[in-house]
Amino acid sequence: MSLLILGLCVIACSGFVALLWGNKPKLSSSLACAGVVAGAVLGLIPAITVLLNGAKESLRYDWSIPLGSFFIELDPVSALFLIPIFVLSALAAIYGTQYLRPYHQQKFLGAHWFFYNMLAASMAMVVLARNAVLFLIAWEVMSLASFFLVTFEHEEKQNREAGWTYLVAMHIGTAFLLAFFILLGSSTGSLDFDVIGNIAPSTANILFLLAVIGFGTKAGFMPMHVWLPEAHPAAPSHVSAVMSGVMIKTGIYGLVRTLILLGQPQEWWAWLLIAIGVSSGVLGVLFALAQHDLKRLLAYHSVENIGIITLGLGLGLLGLSTGLPALAVLGFAGGLFHVVNHAFFKGLLFLGAGSIAHATGTREIDSLGGLLKRMPWTGLTFLIGAVAISGLPPLNGFASEFLIYLGVFKNGITNGAQAVVLALCIIGGLALIGGLACACFTKAFGIIFLGEPRTEHARRAHEVAFAMRLPMLILAICCILIGLLSPYVIRYAAPVLTQATSLDSQVVAEEVADTSTVMWWFVAAAGLLIGLVVFLAVMRKWMLRGRTVRSAGTWDCGYAAPSPRMQYTASSFAQPLIYLFKPFLMTRSKPVSTKEYFPAESGFATETADVSLRYLFEPVFNWINKTLSRLHWLQHGRLQLYVLYIALTLLILLVWKMR
Amino acid sequence: MNNSIDTIMILLVLMNLMLLGLSSLGTCIRVVAAQGIALGILPLVMHGGISDIRLTLFSAAIIGLKGIVFPWLLSRAMRDVSAQREVEPFIGYGKSVIIGPLALVVCMWLGSRLPLPLDIVSPMLVPVAFFTIMSGLFLIISRKKALSQVLGYIVLENGIFTFGMTLAEKQPLLVELGILLDVFVAVFVMGIVIFHINRELDHIDTDRLSSLRS
Repeated sequence: MSLLILGLCVIACSGFVALLWGNKPKLSSSLACAGVVAGAVLGLIPAITVLLNGAKESLRYDWSIPLGSFFIELDPVSALFLIPIFVLSALAAIYGTQYLRPYHQQKFLGAHWFFYNMLAASMAMVVLARNAVLFLIAWEVMSLASFFLVTFEHEEKQNREAGWTYLVAMHIGTAFLLAFFILLGSSTGSLDFDVIGNIAPSTANILFLLAVIGFGTKAGFMPMHVWLPEAHPAAPSHVSAVMSGVMIKTGIYGLVRTLILLGQPQEWWAWLLIAIGVSSGVLGVLFALAQHDLKRLLAYHSVENIGIITLGLGLGLLGLSTGLPALAVLGFAGGLFHVVNHAFFKGLLFLGAGSIAHATGTREIDSLGGLLKRMPWTGLTFLIGAVAISGLPPLNGFASEFLIYLGVFKNGITNGAQAVVLALCIIGGLALIGGLACACFTKAFGIIFLGEPRTEHARRAHEVAFAMRLPMLILAICCILIGLLSPYVIRYAAPVLTQATSLDSQVVAEEVADTSTVMWWFVAAAGLLIGLVVFLAVMRKWMLRGRTVRSAGTWDCGYAAPSPRMQYTASSFAQPLIYLFKPFLMTRSKPVSTKEYFPAESGFATETADVSLRYLFEPVFNWINKTLSRLHWLQHGRLQLYVLYIALTLLILLVWKMR
Repeated sequence: MNNSIDTIMILLVLMNLMLLGLSSLGTCIRVVAAQGIALGILPLVMHGGISDIRLTLFSAAIIGLKGIVFPWLLSRAMRDVSAQREVEPFIGYGKSVIIGPLALVVCMWLGSRLPLPLDIVSPMLVPVAFFTIMSGLFLIISRKKALSQVLGYIVLENGIFTFGMTLAEKQPLLVELGILLDVFVAVFVMGIVIFHINRELDHIDTDRLSSLRS
C-alpha cells in the first residue's frame, strides 16, 4: 500500500514540477513522463501482488470534510483496473513526449503535462477510493483534467465545441452520481463503501438506474455516448489512448463496484445491461463503419467494446440473479477480461492513429493509402491491434469474447428452451458485432496501409521516432501474449471473480479451472494457426527460391496509366453494409446530379451524424434552452439586483427559520 | 455601563437611518466614519475601561481604520474621480427613510427570536447588528455610485462587527482583527477598482456597467 501511495505521489508531484518548468518544453515533458513511468512501476507492484493473492489492503484517515474520510483500499477488483491504468498511462506518456514535439514552440506544454499526470493519478484514485466524497473528488478531478487535455488545441473551434460537449456530458453524469451517493448514503447511513446496509429492493432499483446513467455516461453506453466521437478526435492521440483505453473503464469500474455494494441483483437489471450491451455494441460498430475520420471511427469502436463488456456483466448478473454460477463466473470473467484487453488494443490503435496523423498530417481515411511500405512498424502494430479488436483468434480480443460465448453456450445447453432462445440472440448479436468490427478494420487497415498513396500527405509519410514506436510495440506484444497465455490469466483472475460475483471461492475456483482447460484448446488451436502461417511462409520462401521475383505497381489491372484515384475508397468499401443498415445510420449523402448533357464538375459526399445526438440530445437541449430563456430577465448583469437576490434569500431563510 | 452601550446602539441606529436619507456623498463618508468611531469605543465600554492594553490597542486600531483611514481613502477616491457629490439612489431618499424603520421592526422581531448560546450584555445588540447589516445591504442594492456601495460594504461589516461583539467573550479578538484586515484590504482594492472603472468609462455608475456585457 505504501508503494502505491508513493507511486501516486510521484505521479502528482512530477506533474507539478512539469508545470513549474513548463517554459522548457523538453525538460517538462521528460520530467512528467519519467514521473508517470516511475509512479506506474511503483504502483504496479502492489497491484499485481494483490491481484495474485486476493488479499485486501486498506488505509483510513479521518478527514475534516463533512461525511468524508480518506479511506482507500486495494482489493482484487481495484487491482484489475489499476493495472491497465498504470501500464497505459506510462506508455502513452512516453509516446506523448515525442508526439508533442511539433508543439514545443507553439504551446505551453507544462499545463498539458500537469493535467496529464493529474488524470493518471486521479484515475488510480477513483478505483482506490472507498468513500463517496473522496470518490467524487477524484472523479471530478479526472473529468476536469481530461477536459483540459481534450481542449489542447483550443484554437480550433471544433475542438472547443468537443470540449464543451465532453464537459456537459461529464457533469450530467456526475449529477446522477451525486444523487446516487446521497441515496446510497441515506440508506446505509454512511458514505464509506465498506458499510453494507440493508437496502430496500425499491431503493436498490433506483440506485441501480442512477448508477447505470451516471457511470454509463462516462463509459459511453448508447445513447449517452455522444461525447466520445467528439472528444476523442479533438484530443492529442496519447490522451485519446488513455481516455478510451482506461478512463472510460472507470465507468465500468463504478458499475461493478455498485453491483458489489448492492448485493443480490434482480433479474431485470441483468436484462437491462444485456440490452444496453447488445445495442451499444451493434450500433457502435455500425456508426464506426460509416466514419471517415480514423479517430472518430476508433471512438465509436470504444462504444462497441463497452457494449461487449456490458453484455458480459449483464450475463454475469443474469447468472447471479437466477442462481447459475457458471454463467455468473463466465459473464463477469468475459466482461472484466475484456476491460483489460480493450485497454491494450484500443490504446495501441489510438497510438497508431496518432502516428498516422503525426506522419501525414491528416486523419481522413480516404486521403491516406500505401502507408505499410512507408511506416512498417506502425502498420504491423496497427494490424495486430485491428485483429485483436475484431475479436479474431489468436489475440486477446478473441479470448475475452470467447469467454462470453462460452458462458452463453453452457447456459443454453443446460437450461432449457428459454435459455436457448436467449443464447441465440446473444450469440447472434455478438457475432454480428465481431463480423462488423472485422469489416470495419478491414476497411481501415486496407485503405490506410495498403494500395497506393491517395494524396501528397500520404506520399510524404515517414516512420515515426523510436519513442513512439516503442509503446506501440509493447502494447502489441501484450495483446499477443495475453491471447496466448489466456488460460493462465483466467486462473489468476479467480480472486477478482470471487469478489465481483460474491460467490463462494470454491465454486469460482472450480468454474475457473474448467474454463482454463477449455482455453487450452483455444491456445492449441491458435498455436496450430500460427504454425500453419509460419509453415506457409516457409513454403512460399522455399518455392520461390531460385526463381526471379518481379514486383509491379499495386492495382495495376492492365491499365496503361493507373492512378491512385482508381482505388477503392473507404466509403465505397463500407457502402453495401451502410446501405443494409440505413434505417439505423440515417446517412445523408449529397448525390451527384448529372442530368445535363454536358455535366459540369461535381462532387459526392456522405455524412453520418450521430443519431442520438441529432434526434435525442439536440431537441432536448434546444427545448431546455428555449424554456430557460424565458427566465433570461433574471440574468441582467445588474450588480445591485444580484445582491438583492442574495439578501432576500438570506432574509427569507432567516425569517423562515425563526418563525 | 449598560446605559452607555445602549447609547452607542441608538447612535448606530440613528446613523443608519441618516445614511439612508442622506444625499451628499461627502456627508455619508463622515457618517460612516462616525459610526466606525462609535464601534471602536464599543469594546472598551463592554469589557471595562482602558485598563486592558490589548483591548485598548484593538479599539485604537478600529478607530484608526474605520474612523480615519477608510474615510480618508474614500474622500481621496471621490476627489480623484471627481464624482458628482451625490449618491444617486435607485430608491428615493423618502422611500429609503420609510423602509428603514420597517426593517428595524423586522430586525427587532428577529433579534427576539434568535436563540443565542450565551447571555448577552444588552438586548439591543442583536437587533441593532441585524439592522446595520441590512442597512449596508440596502445601501449596496439601492445606490448607483460605486463609492456608495463601498460605504454600504463598510456598514455591512460594521453590523457583522457589532454582532461579533455580542459573542466577544467566546470570540478571540484575533479573529476580529483578521476580519478588520480583510475589510481594510477590500476597501483598498475597491478604491483601486473604482479608480480604474472611472478611468476606463468616465463614470462610476454601476448600473451602466452592464454595457460591458457583450
